[in-house]
Amino acid sequence: MSDAVWVLGAAMTRFGRYPEKDVVDLGSETALQALDDADVRMSDINVLAVGNAYEAMGNNAQRIQKQIGQTGIPAYNVVNACATGATAVRTALLAIKAGEADLGLVIGAERMGKMGLLGGSGKAQPGPKTYRATGRFGSVMGVEGVLGTSLMPGVFAQAGMEYAARNDGVGFEQFVKVAEKNHAHSVLNPLAQYRKRFSIEEIKRDEMISFPNTKLMCCPTGDGAAALVLVSERRLKTMDRTQRRRAVKISASVLTTDPWTESGQSQPDINTLTRNAADQAYDVSGVGPGDLDLVELHDCFATAELVHYDNLRLCEPGGAGEFIDSGAPRRGGRTPVNVSGGLLSKGHPIGATGVANLYELTVHLRDEAGDRQIPGARVGLAHVLGLGSVCSVHILERSSV
Amino acid sequence: METVTGGSLAAQIPIVSYLALNETPRLRAHECAQCGAIYLDRRLACARCEARHFRDRDLGSTGTVGSFTIVHRSPARVTLPYVSALVELDGGGIVKANLVGVDPTPESIWLGMRVQLTTFTAGTDDEGTDAVAFAFEPIGDDLA
Repeated sequence: MSDAVWVLGAAMTRFGRYPEKDVVDLGSETALQALDDADVRMSDINVLAVGNAYEAMGNNAQRIQKQIGQTGIPAYNVVNACATGATAVRTALLAIKAGEADLGLVIGAERMGKMGLLGGSGKAQPGPKTYRATGRFGSVMGVEGVLGTSLMPGVFAQAGMEYAARNDGVGFEQFVKVAEKNHAHSVLNPLAQYRKRFSIEEIKRDEMISFPNTKLMCCPTGDGAAALVLVSERRLKTMDRTQRRRAVKISASVLTTDPWTESGQSQPDINTLTRNAADQAYDVSGVGPGDLDLVELHDCFATAELVHYDNLRLCEPGGAGEFIDSGAPRRGGRTPVNVSGGLLSKGHPIGATGVANLYELTVHLRDEAGDRQIPGARVGLAHVLGLGSVCSVHILERSSV
Repeated sequence: METVTGGSLAAQIPIVSYLALNETPRLRAHECAQCGAIYLDRRLACARCEARHFRDRDLGSTGTVGSFTIVHRSPARVTLPYVSALVELDGGGIVKANLVGVDPTPESIWLGMRVQLTTFTAGTDDEGTDAVAFAFEPIGDDLA
């Protein structure tokens, strides 16, 4: 397709803890690496999009421009839950598709530190208290733990258990296998926050957070950044041979939100919008699930990865348990999933995540992934999911112009 | 403020507005007048069919466990572990609440388990008003 957008440059930090750096340092350093990787300068860039969740009001795009080049271009500060990074990618991509820009810079950066369970600050109420109905549900007190749990480990645990209820051969054992696989994969990725392999027994015996997810089945908080340089196909054709050879085609870029479902108001739906996004991405790209050489999907919890095998059509309907049991999503399997180590081990600095998984696909499709390279990879799919809900799916292909 | 005082009972207030504290406590939702979609909070237009008229509807007090998790770590000041469940109510509607009257172990809970609505006091404010919350407990053959 003549109006395709391509990844020209890509970079990411190792995910982890950077107490000595702020979000501007992380984003700026990574942006310069991506510009160098693309062999372009900031003055060539026509549009900038910066994804960051926890400091979304901080004008991070403008603060980063002051570190790497104040060229006066349109810049967007983007936030969209755990799909923040992917939404930033789409923001620059849409500007290119609209013909407003031919080179875009996308940065996802986050500093979370050791913040613990997301949304988990206990609300102490000093002074006299009188119950008053407030908010859309007229609640008189915090309801977390009183009317069930709505914190992340519990929400994704319940999503996994709902799948287990409806399908045979899915239970604690299968969820544990997902975590074992991703921790094993992470050992090969020098950019992963944690690079330690654990046995099935170690994962089972670890502290239970929210059954069936033990601590080793929950992603960590962390810091990090990733950046991409995007280019229009028309501009890419004018570039030199090395740039053209290393460029990776974005064959699909999709964003969906959750349609109405009966259970959606009590528990965010993570399935319908993922299925819709995947189906649209396959349709737009002409790629099918069987064509995928690798998949980076949103394994914020082990239970989440398992249900997304089905949502992304990687397995037969209802067959996610058999899929993990067969080893299909392992390195060397039919459809390797999260060879980076996934969110469970690579980490999940929220704004960076949806950019970093496109970095991961890009290095594999360029045959530059080092020890973790999937040999001969030509097609990859990246998926992120934010509660509330929002989903993004990208399909990248090794191609030529 | 909706407080109810009766006889020697302390004043009570429901923990959320979709719990109606009559002689028999019920969950009370807003139902789309056109398509019947059920909402626990106030809506301007139906998220499914876009109609703009709603009526109150009492939900069923029995149902089945559609999903659950056993929470072992929480920043909330609640007793751990506890069971959180999504309950599919008979007659329509899905709500999230704690499952009580069961051991908080995976062996004691199963998907499809029959449960019924119950209420408990979740706290008392400085004026002596009790906040009444709801939960679900096993019934019939599923009673442990």
